Amino acid sequence: MSRFPRPFEGTWTEHYPELGTDPVTYDDSISPEFYELERRAIFKRAWLNVGRVEQLAKPGSYFTKEVAVTNASIVVVRDREGEVRAFHNVCRHRGNKLVWNDFPREETEGVARQFVCKYHGWRYGLDGALNHVQQESEFFDLDKSCYGLVPVHCEVWAGFIFVNFAHQPEQSLREFLGPMITALEGYPFGRMTERFAYRTEVHANWKLFVDAFAEFYHAPVLHAKQSRERYAAAGQKLGFEAPYYRIDGPHRLVSTAGVRNWEMGDDAVKRSEVLTRGGLFGPWDKPDLGKMPPGVNPGRCDPWGLDSFQLFPNFVILIWSQGWYLTYHYWPTSYNTHTFDGNVYFLPARTARERIAHEMTAVTFKEFALQDGNTLEATQLSLETRAVDRFHLNDQEVLLRHLHKVVGDWVDEYSFANEGQP
Amino acid sequence: MTLLPDDFGDLEQFAEKWCLPSEPERYATRLATSMPELQRFYDATAPRVAAAIDYCDDHPIDQMPDAVVNLMHLIYSFINVSFPVEVWLEPRVPDSGSAYFTCFLEPRP
Repeated sequence: MSRFPRPFEGTWTEHYPELGTDPVTYDDSISPEFYELERRAIFKRAWLNVGRVEQLAKPGSYFTKEVAVTNASIVVVRDREGEVRAFHNVCRHRGNKLVWNDFPREETEGVARQFVCKYHGWRYGLDGALNHVQQESEFFDLDKSCYGLVPVHCEVWAGFIFVNFAHQPEQSLREFLGPMITALEGYPFGRMTERFAYRTEVHANWKLFVDAFAEFYHAPVLHAKQSRERYAAAGQKLGFEAPYYRIDGPHRLVSTAGVRNWEMGDDAVKRSEVLTRGGLFGPWDKPDLGKMPPGVNPGRCDPWGLDSFQLFPNFVILIWSQGWYLTYHYWPTSYNTHTFDGNVYFLPARTARERIAHEMTAVTFKEFALQDGNTLEATQLSLETRAVDRFHLNDQEVLLRHLHKVVGDWVDEYSFANEGQP
Repeated sequence: MTLLPDDFGDLEQFAEKWCLPSEPERYATRLATSMPELQRFYDATAPRVAAAIDYCDDHPIDQMPDAVVNLMHLIYSFINVSFPVEVWLEPRVPDSGSAYFTCFLEPRP
């Protein structure tokens, strides 16, 4: 018996008939060969979020990003005119990495008037132009105007900086994002500059972690201990049901109805949450963010807990009803490893009390993520035994079907166009 | 020379260990501390958290004297330690094995 209305087909999965209802395989998550296809078919073609404009506070602000899945290092910089640009982080002289500190594999950030290669001193402007060559007269027929840094396609939406490694992207960023995502324009991302940033290496295929956060069916079981006994027992009895799912092109959304811990009895809430007025769902005292754009809570769920917007391929924006947001990035490093970045954003705390509620929220996020993350290694290991190769997904796992289908579609389309075989 | 404001002299015994300015330090200290010691810190701090928040709240967040910043850090440690004490009953997240989730950027204070 459903607690929330479902589409007229009766289930969310059947509302999107292209997804089917059959058991699925995870062959796409345990194969080095498939991973090589994904790199070319997806990560070198899709728009990838690499950060936010607040990370580039003024002209000359820059950060580097190591993108293992596309075998690239890029430098993202705000130029003199205020434009955000991206370049391959490679000196045009002898190929040295241009911007790095101490450890060539580590990312860095800072403010510069120009970029100077550590090796022979070639200098590049913030617009990528090659401005100075050491002992230029020693070179043969070197036209500096032809040897600027190699640009990477870079566009900004709602303050999120995206790059595209294609020679020529097939869609603009806005076209790629589509109406479900662009309807978030107007959400005050740019004002929410109080940031907690986390990173870990996960020993699992990147899609398995996307899957983990694309369903909340796991929450009453995996996270049972995080709740007080009375609430945990009720959660396991009822299970989890999301009030709203939506699929738009390659992107996905799940909204939850949310549980308002602070409206429950004292025996259902942890003492530290009562003291700090914060927790998993965020600060109990909601800041006034003003009018929300239509893209927030598009299912008009009431009560409403959160929207998890999953942008293909590897980026999630999670907007909480309590006036804060999270981002997740899943950066593949091999077929069975990836780097996971989690960022927590709030309006800057105006008081100690607000700051403490933020701390409780951020710490709780980390405790949950540690539980989620370690389960994935166990899943990867057992999938790789190939002892079982067919897996049932329920209606609350509809978005998992969609991710793996879109990945397969992009790989098939690319293989057909480039290698003549599906 | 004390680390905490005079009103919180009863918590001074915990200050040297737990007034830690960064989340990685607080989390590492939690993992390296026994459950009985975490419990003692929690039991002593919990009844004082409401007063401590009130005290900190009387100071502008960007102009806190050092002792108040230390008290903020002690409250953050209480938050971190609340998970082993209230939820996990062990210092680390169960089944988290060698998993880590490094906080490399956080607001100050």
